[in-house]
Amino acid sequence: MHIDRRELMKLLGLGGVVLGSGLPGFSLAAGKGAGVEDFFFLQLSDTHWGFSGPPNPEADRTLKQVVQAVNASKAKPDFVVFTGDLTHTTDDDALRRKRMTEFKAIVSDLKVPKVYFLPGEHDASLDKGQAYQEHFGALHQSFQHKGVRFIALDNVSDPAGAVGDTQIDWLKSELAKADKDAPIVVLTHRPLFDLYPQWDWATADGAKVTSVLEPYRHLTVFYGHIHQENHRTIGRIAHHSAKSLIFPLPAPGSVPKRQPVAWDPQQPARGLGYREVEFAAKTSEVKLEEYDVKGARV
Amino acid sequence: MRNLAFGVALALAVGAGTGAAEISPPRVIKITAKKFEYSPAEVHLKRGERVVLELVSLDRKHGFKLPELGVRADVPAGGTARVEVTAEKAGRFPFACDIFCGDGHEDMTGMLVVDP
Repeated sequence: MHIDRRELMKLLGLGGVVLGSGLPGFSLAAGKGAGVEDFFFLQLSDTHWGFSGPPNPEADRTLKQVVQAVNASKAKPDFVVFTGDLTHTTDDDALRRKRMTEFKAIVSDLKVPKVYFLPGEHDASLDKGQAYQEHFGALHQSFQHKGVRFIALDNVSDPAGAVGDTQIDWLKSELAKADKDAPIVVLTHRPLFDLYPQWDWATADGAKVTSVLEPYRHLTVFYGHIHQENHRTIGRIAHHSAKSLIFPLPAPGSVPKRQPVAWDPQQPARGLGYREVEFAAKTSEVKLEEYDVKGARV
Repeated sequence: MRNLAFGVALALAVGAGTGAAEISPPRVIKITAKKFEYSPAEVHLKRGERVVLELVSLDRKHGFKLPELGVRADVPAGGTARVEVTAEKAGRFPFACDIFCGDGHEDMTGMLVVDP
């Protein structure tokens, strides 16, 4: 069955959404963004290294292709962040570690100054993050970059998909270091809101987390998990999910089962890609650009 | 999230029965849970009918989440959880495992169908 681009966009829930300009809910407040310098980073997500199956017969090549695309770009990001599901899960602990080792080796070829990692449930839920921490370090972390505070939350090492009170207390202490007008980026794997809980597209205690985030006026969340773009502003917080780098999933609730969109040999990388997030201090804007696996802007 | 439109009553007990005497006991629908399926995966009840979903895990811990009726439960490894449901609106309401259980977790879904 042939599906044209318009039908695919509808199926993937993109609906023609293009975000190439300032984002609602996220701008660098005049005067408060003075300490922010121009920079951009890349968000890559849901690479599922180790997956094999009909939804992506090229699964052993897609990640490498993206690494090449990023390296071929003239403009270099300050850093790359992977928002979870780096590897595809397995009950075999040794195989899990092998996949993580292979993944690290592949992305070590990225010619960028820094790479950050977040866990997804495929990496961390079955062993509560043990293997992940051995390979990638802390399950949650924060860092400051050119005037922007980044906070990476773990909502996957608890198999129930909760952040948990201990981490929420840590989040509060991190946020307490920032002015209410400071630019803040929160990174997670699962959506922090009930995007479509019927497919487990939610965080069990997401409401508790967002109530902690809500007082901050220039805070945006970037996440993965749902293998497609989704842009939602709730209150003053903008939430943006990224495409996957293994297979796309259908728009929430658009089909009876959350099964991957079928592979199309005529368009082998359709629905896959990564994101550039650009901070422009002069115009107080943050821009998103989406790229396919070959590094072409889409 | 609880949808008040459905007027759902929820009771959860793990292990043996509730022990409460019922004048008109609800129909019990047994659903087994194992990696990575519920059986039956489609459950029918009539609008307004009070039923108990008896969830039995045959292997590891699973979850049961039926968001539109405000129902969720942990189903312990080798154990049983019971949830009482009365749906006052006809329709098809998906449920899913919300405790990550491995490669295939995403396939562990089902449908509660409330017939008019």
